[in-house]
Amino acid sequence: MAKEIPKGKGEMIIEIKHLKKSFGQKEVLKDINLEVHKGENVVVLGKSGEGKSVTIQCIVGMLTPDSGTLKVFGENVPELNEKELKELRMKIGFLFQGAALYDSMTVRENMEFPLTRVLKMKDQHEIDERVNEVLESVGLADAIDKMPSDLSGGMRKRAGLARTLIVNPEIMLYDEPTTGLDPVTSREISKLIMDMQKKYKTTSIIITHDMDCARITADRVVMMKDGEYIAEGTFKDMEHSDNEFVRSYFNKEK
Amino acid sequence: MATQDIELTGWRKWFASIGDQWLFFGRFFRNIFSGGFEWSEFVRQCYEIGYKSMMLVGITSFIMGAVLVLQLRPSLASFGQEGMLPKTLSVSLIREIGPVITALICAGKISSSIGAELGSMKVTEQIDAMEVSGANPIQYLVVTRILAATLMIPLLTIIGDLIGLVGGFFAININDNVSAVLYIHKCIYSIDYSDFLPAFVKTIFFGLAIGFVGCYKGYNSNRGTESVGLSANSAVVTASLWIFVIDAIAVQLTSILFYH
Repeated sequence: MAKEIPKGKGEMIIEIKHLKKSFGQKEVLKDINLEVHKGENVVVLGKSGEGKSVTIQCIVGMLTPDSGTLKVFGENVPELNEKELKELRMKIGFLFQGAALYDSMTVRENMEFPLTRVLKMKDQHEIDERVNEVLESVGLADAIDKMPSDLSGGMRKRAGLARTLIVNPEIMLYDEPTTGLDPVTSREISKLIMDMQKKYKTTSIIITHDMDCARITADRVVMMKDGEYIAEGTFKDMEHSDNEFVRSYFNKEK
Repeated sequence: MATQDIELTGWRKWFASIGDQWLFFGRFFRNIFSGGFEWSEFVRQCYEIGYKSMMLVGITSFIMGAVLVLQLRPSLASFGQEGMLPKTLSVSLIREIGPVITALICAGKISSSIGAELGSMKVTEQIDAMEVSGANPIQYLVVTRILAATLMIPLLTIIGDLIGLVGGFFAININDNVSAVLYIHKCIYSIDYSDFLPAFVKTIFFGLAIGFVGCYKGYNSNRGTESVGLSANSAVVTASLWIFVIDAIAVQLTSILFYH
């Protein structure tokens, strides 16, 4: 590690030790080690196709690691059974790269889906209240009855974020939240991530290669290369890292 | 997860796929009884699968009934047996042609549409999003579609059979003059339970195969837009093949149970 790690102050929420994952002959995660503390925003930077998303897919149990420890709230995710995994997933929000809105449903129905299916809420008045509140907080109150196909890229991300936050998750995992957006909208989404983090008090891992997004959102930046985290520190620390590869991301010459 | 991570080829891949299908069927079956049945989605799927296929099934059945009569008539006429046309038509239509043609049409329309829909949901990570949110995509997407197909295909077949008989009536009256009352009388009295019941039961399995294959192929699509087309295509081919296999088994069972 290049720098002394500025640990978060809260309890440890995610603990990853010597995580390995291969697809066929390709070793994607070679030796991943990461600790994320309560209330912290950790940004994972790295080249496309390096397997940045694989780590967060392992965290929610979408993929099973080949070896290593992956503890979330003290529970080793690969060892959880179906029911335990479902309970864990209820505490984790995952924003997909393309927002993954259910395209046969309106924005309202998209918001209602996790409330009725995951939280098993029945009271329509309460459901409406929560839907309106979360859509207002992401600035999409006017789009409540629109279909996802009628939304712009930025609006889709906002809607995806709202649908994830509506169940009040304790952890948020963002998979390239600003990819495919123009710089202005990217900054808006990055600021929205920060606003939502303050409002909903989440702990976040943000996978990105957008430096603006990293600068706005990161408490701590982790740099990934060749299936390993090669450096970590605050955004400023990383800007002035001794490692040339790390500095190249920040366009800084030494 | 195992089949996804390990690259298999040839027979191993085929056996792995069979095992995977059994596991998928098991998940479907368990989720029927796991509580929280998605009634509104089930009704919506019945409408999509049943009501929206009615026109297509109706037109093809009408033509099929008429064509059967026009094809059969010269052969029967050579024996002076034109009077047997309603009986011949109703037996062949209800026992075999109606169920199989309806099922094949539905395999083309429904299996492909379910395969493409779930395939594109997989590609755009909608199914993953459902799963990681803690919701149950099998219950919402798979159980509703398979059960709707299992219920709707037999109903569509009954409607198709009736429309086919109407088509036959019009075709008979091109050359002969048969009253509707006489035609209905002859059709009804030509059919007994051993004609109708096995045919009805096999359509339930046709429906199950159509829904299951569409869901399995769509749900297990690979990433990439190309795989959506492949899922739809593969769903039609596999479902059609299953229809013939089920039909062959059903014929054997019917002859053992009813005609021995």
